[in-house]
Amino acid sequence: MHELSITCSIVELVAETAKGRKVHRVTVEIGQLSGVVSDSIAFWFPEVARGTEAAEASLEIREVAALARCETCGSEFPTPSMLSVCPCGSYQFRRLKGEELNVKSIELEEAL
Amino acid sequence: MCTNCGCQGDKATVVDLQTGDTAAIPVLHQHEGDVLHSHSHGSHHHADNYDGPNHHAHDHHGPHHHAHEHHGPHGAPPSAGVTIVDMETRILAKNDALAAKNRAWFAGREILALNLVSSPGAGKTTLLERTIRDLAGELPLYVIEGDQATAKDGERIRSAGASVVQVNTGTGCHLNADMVARAVPMLKPGSGAVVLIENVGNLVCPALFDLGERAKVVMFSVTEGEDKPLKYPYMFRAATIVILGKVDLLPHLDFSVAEAIANVRRVNPEAKILQISSQTGEGTAGWYDWLRSELSSARQSAFG
Repeated sequence: MHELSITCSIVELVAETAKGRKVHRVTVEIGQLSGVVSDSIAFWFPEVARGTEAAEASLEIREVAALARCETCGSEFPTPSMLSVCPCGSYQFRRLKGEELNVKSIELEEAL
Repeated sequence: MCTNCGCQGDKATVVDLQTGDTAAIPVLHQHEGDVLHSHSHGSHHHADNYDGPNHHAHDHHGPHHHAHEHHGPHGAPPSAGVTIVDMETRILAKNDALAAKNRAWFAGREILALNLVSSPGAGKTTLLERTIRDLAGELPLYVIEGDQATAKDGERIRSAGASVVQVNTGTGCHLNADMVARAVPMLKPGSGAVVLIENVGNLVCPALFDLGERAKVVMFSVTEGEDKPLKYPYMFRAATIVILGKVDLLPHLDFSVAEAIANVRRVNPEAKILQISSQTGEGTAGWYDWLRSELSSARQSAFG
């Protein structure tokens, strides 16, 4: 359910940057372990963007695969779920990627 | 967040239960008309008034907002007449910036602020009622109550003897830093106080929204099943302390405390775990000791 307020934050940031200019494309980065469901963001985006500079923008979602480095064996391994552990059996690891929740860039009409 | 589209609540409100004063949480942006935020980016640019009631409606980009535009060769625009703006901005930057401000405000006053989260019905309000009664006269306790609707929990807290501000989130599924920033001036916690923020009953959404608390207290009860920490790992991972409640019911249930604790450990090896009954008082001494020690740390770190 929080994807709705996350989508509102995206549109808010985009509109602040666009300052009245039409937005063609919005690119966001969503980590596999960010706690946010990409499909749900895609569902809400046109609704939330309606009446804003981003009303006709396409939304590009880049999903970031989660990766961690084991502090026991030193290897890097994918962590597709919050419950993933290192193949060596260790629970001690540092998350490297997968928690991103960013607006990467937007494409705007050129300023006059 | 936007009230019009419902994402942070249809008519979110803050109510001071001591005075009955009610304030609506203002709309951040308009969906009517052509231009979003016309009120904050119109012909007159507002002066920086971060502390004002409408601070969030102004042009604050938060600490990580460094948008810059590419024109010409660097940006390699995909087609004529299009500019690419690199934003590299955390989506939650605004909430995080407000949470940081709350945190600094609490720290400067040596206040211990805690964010209590659980599923609905796990026993947050009952634990707070008991805590307020047991620690009356010892710790100055203040409560911010978050619910979608009604002041029922707020009234319970007030009856127990603490000052309380009720935040109703409308359709919103979690509290955010802005709501806390609006509730605190009504609550007026004194220096050295404990501010207990009872979040909306929900183990999913509140995990992402920093309120400016010193620690998250995550509760679950023995009537819910041992696997709660595995089903909601984001929340349990964010916990500083996990409280397993309603342990007085254990004789009537097929619930393995050992398994529940192992599941907490699996997602959060560092969390402190307490077993409590707000009915009998079993285990509450450990909770009160933890509160005392956290408050003492909050006081020491104020100038650290």
